[in-house]
Amino acid sequence: MNRKRGGKVRLATVWLGGCSGCHMSFLDLDERLIELAGQAELVFSPFIDTKEFPAGVDVALVEGAVNNRANLAMAETIRARSRSVVSLGDCAVTGNVTSMRNILPVAATLAPFGGTGEAPFRFDYAAVPELLPRALPLHQVIAVDGFVPGCPPDPDRIWTAIGCLLRGEPVQLPEEMRSFG
Amino acid sequence: MPVITLSIDDELVSGRADESLLQVIREHGITLPTLCHMEGLSERGGCRLCIVEVEGAARPLPACTTPAREGMVVRTDTERLRRYRRMIVELMLAERNHYCAVCVSIGNCELQRVAAALGVDHVRYEYLSPRLSMDLSHDRFGIDHNRCILCTRCVRVCDEVEGVHTWDISGRGVRSRIIADLNHPWGTSDSCTSCGKCVQVCPTGALFTKGVVVGEMVKDPGMLLRVLEGREKKEWAG
Ligand code: SF4
Ligand code: SF4
Ligand code: SF4
Ligand code: FES
Repeated sequence: MNRKRGGKVRLATVWLGGCSGCHMSFLDLDERLIELAGQAELVFSPFIDTKEFPAGVDVALVEGAVNNRANLAMAETIRARSRSVVSLGDCAVTGNVTSMRNILPVAATLAPFGGTGEAPFRFDYAAVPELLPRALPLHQVIAVDGFVPGCPPDPDRIWTAIGCLLRGEPVQLPEEMRSFG
Repeated sequence: MPVITLSIDDELVSGRADESLLQVIREHGITLPTLCHMEGLSERGGCRLCIVEVEGAARPLPACTTPAREGMVVRTDTERLRRYRRMIVELMLAERNHYCAVCVSIGNCELQRVAAALGVDHVRYEYLSPRLSMDLSHDRFGIDHNRCILCTRCVRVCDEVEGVHTWDISGRGVRSRIIADLNHPWGTSDSCTSCGKCVQVCPTGALFTKGVVVGEMVKDPGMLLRVLEGREKKEWAG
């Protein structure tokens, strides 16, 4: 891996249509985070206050399905600016919980929140990104280089995947770390 | 039964003339993935996971429904077979709604286990996301069509072991559904004895015991053989 800035890997983590559980699992790396900090620089993440996805990212870990227009635009940006993109967790890998709405047309999903309803069910849909017709796994929208299934993926899985990425190898999880759910 | 000799993965092995390829292959310690096969039930050859290459056959054959024959040359683990098996499992996952995270059988699911063993870490096909129902009309059990892979183990165990044939399949291809009696709610079935055998043999979370929550539906894989052996020995006679 072509490492920049003092040999550190430029790492990004992104939260698309997920519940943040995958990011909680990432935090569950506990003391391994210190080891990671020695080798990688976190350049974009819900954990830090960077507004724009930067250029020249080495590894992007992406949580969540591609659920709305904003997710879609972000997915395309991530792909254009990252060397390696990894689906983190079942929502990114399969659509999972986020895609449970796919059996319904979008209008039916939003109907209970329609404009005339009583608070708290009244929602201004002009102010939030438009839903895509279906929530999609990340690899159906952009090319993805690695997959870490699990809901959320166990910290050990994340650590194994990160190990591969830091060595510049493709993400290869052993059989027992490959299950969904 | 006469003994036959055949070659499996370049090794000469022997078997009995009345055995299936799957039996001979497993007796020789080779693991073949299976989903519709179940020890004690008739073979269906439906899931196609147990496919092998047999010299002289134009396409792969399911080992569970192919009789072992003298002199056969069989391969169980070629690049092509691995590729096909992976495709099969991905198509199964794409065809219905396998939201593993919210499944009563998560961690105890044969489909999930087979997928992991075959290296499926994502599905390359578009998910069909069909709108499917659940039938919770039975007092003790439920069926969730979202998780059914149409292996027909439930149909066969109810017919062949319980002897009442409550289950059947309606429709063709992607429209196929497991139905109780002549497509009535399971709970209104006159034939069902509520024995629970179908629930025990179901490889996924499609058939489950009511009141179990995510991850709790553990199945007892030895149940069927114990029942059959007990009958053979007339353990419950009189
Ligand atoms: S995979 Fe599970 S933990 Fe991760 S975002 Fe989706 S629902 Fe949350
Ligand atoms: S509970 Fe027993 S009788 Fe009823 S459908 Fe299942 S196998 Fe058949
Ligand atoms: S309900 Fe279960 S046992 Fe019956 S066909 Fe579907 S997956 Fe197989
Ligand atoms: S186990 Fe042979 S086809 Fe299913």
